[in-house]
Amino acid sequence: MPLTPPAEPDPELKMNWASFYAVISGVNRHSTGIGRIWISVLFIFRILVLVVAAESVWGDEKSGFTCNTQQPGCNSVCYDHFFPISHIRLWALQLILVSTPALLVAMHVAHRRHVDKRLYKLSGRTNPKDLEQIKTQKMKITGALWWTYVISLLFRIVLEVIFMYLFYMIYPGYKMIRLVKCDSYPCPNTVDCFVSRPTEKTVFTVFMLTASGVCILLNIGEVVFLVGKACSKHLHTAGDSTMGAWIQQKLCSF
Amino acid sequence: MQHGCPDDVEYFHANNLTADTRMSWPVLYAQIVGANRHSTSLGKVWLSVLFIFRVMVLVVAAESVWGDEQSDFTCNTLQPGCENVCYDQFFPVSHIRLWCLQLVFVSTPALLVAMYVAYRNHSDKKRLLQGSGRAGFRSNKDPDEDLETLKRRRLPIAGALWWTYACSLVFRLLFEGGFMYALYVVYDGFQMPRLVQCDQWPCPNLVDCFISRPTEKTIFTVFMATASSICMVLNMAELAYLVAKAVTRSLGGQKERKTCRKSSRERMQNKTNQKLFVST
Repeated sequence: MPLTPPAEPDPELKMNWASFYAVISGVNRHSTGIGRIWISVLFIFRILVLVVAAESVWGDEKSGFTCNTQQPGCNSVCYDHFFPISHIRLWALQLILVSTPALLVAMHVAHRRHVDKRLYKLSGRTNPKDLEQIKTQKMKITGALWWTYVISLLFRIVLEVIFMYLFYMIYPGYKMIRLVKCDSYPCPNTVDCFVSRPTEKTVFTVFMLTASGVCILLNIGEVVFLVGKACSKHLHTAGDSTMGAWIQQKLCSF
Repeated sequence: MQHGCPDDVEYFHANNLTADTRMSWPVLYAQIVGANRHSTSLGKVWLSVLFIFRVMVLVVAAESVWGDEQSDFTCNTLQPGCENVCYDQFFPVSHIRLWCLQLVFVSTPALLVAMYVAYRNHSDKKRLLQGSGRAGFRSNKDPDEDLETLKRRRLPIAGALWWTYACSLVFRLLFEGGFMYALYVVYDGFQMPRLVQCDQWPCPNLVDCFISRPTEKTIFTVFMATASSICMVLNMAELAYLVAKAVTRSLGGQKERKTCRKSSRERMQNKTNQKLFVST
């Protein structure tokens, strides 16, 4: 799916997410249909929203964090106490880590292509057209590639869940509060500190978490689809064998 | 007959810094990926780890964490100049700059390999052109096709290329270790304190200075240190793999020579036996 990056003040930043997109979308060719939907959801509803909208909401999170005191250093210390790691950085890390299992699949495909090329050369087919065809043909998700693909999906699901849990641990309730009370040194007493744009931050937090949930569901759906496909293929090929006949008999008896 | 600089060397000159080339991470990436064709699989994994978990995280996340490090460095005093002086004392080189330097230094040994490959291609090309010139139009092989395969071929990692590659790996390890050690020494560990106490002139007395976002900075420092260690482990594994491959290759070569010698000895023995048999 084409992704048109919007106008960004920092071209290098855009360039890096865009080059990341180029790397990940290369894997797209060997994914299932659900996998391609997942990549689109990831890039449009999560990375694009992060870069275009969320980063400007959290842009002034430190400068807009004000404590009811003139004591120098109290602002910094209270901010650090309540925001050990910013949402934006957590999301950026989550998106990077969640996308990388797809590279496992890309590496496996490259390895298989390399092996196929060698087999072709050994069998005498050194026609450059044949070798080019190896590069462009779509790999079927069978055998060892099936296992690599399913393992990469499981990694994705586990990483997403871990990050959602981390979010819940660091920022309980997913809601951004307007006011926090802080009494770390050097604040002279318990001071009121005010968070900037709490409602907007809550809205974007809920949005990103929903998108994350949708991605988890897509990944689970993809795992179920692959497992189902493999089972049905196994049943079809083992149709004449006793095992397949036994299973069919059992299913028909229900 | 082609004259002038061969394509690989031209590529190098064209892609070096010129007045209007802006050096940025994608440019470095393009250079390194070109050299990647001749690496092992571990080398390719290393490159992905480097660019995704280190360069990307640096640009996308870490730079915004350290963005306000000086403007938000606050000291408990109104004395002008005290904050500047204290910041300079506790942060001689910023983490971000150290990591940028580390990534640049660690990526460049791959260019050694690329330079050697370019040199090999250049000399092979010259030999090919001289050979086709001498043969004239009697050879039925198309010289342009040969040149193309020469450019696109993947050299096996043996001989001088093996040594170049192993040297580049050793340099990478040294740079990684060196920079990690430098970071550890300059900042007394990987943890960022919340508060530092400073009494440099012109601060009137021992003042408290507060660092901005220390926890987030500690998290990212630990992340980058972990990624750096993973890269070191990959480099060491690659080096071990290359050494093992070279050892097995030389042992295989020795075995072949031994079996050849053994079979010729056997043949001699058989001949002598036959002669003896015939004579009796």
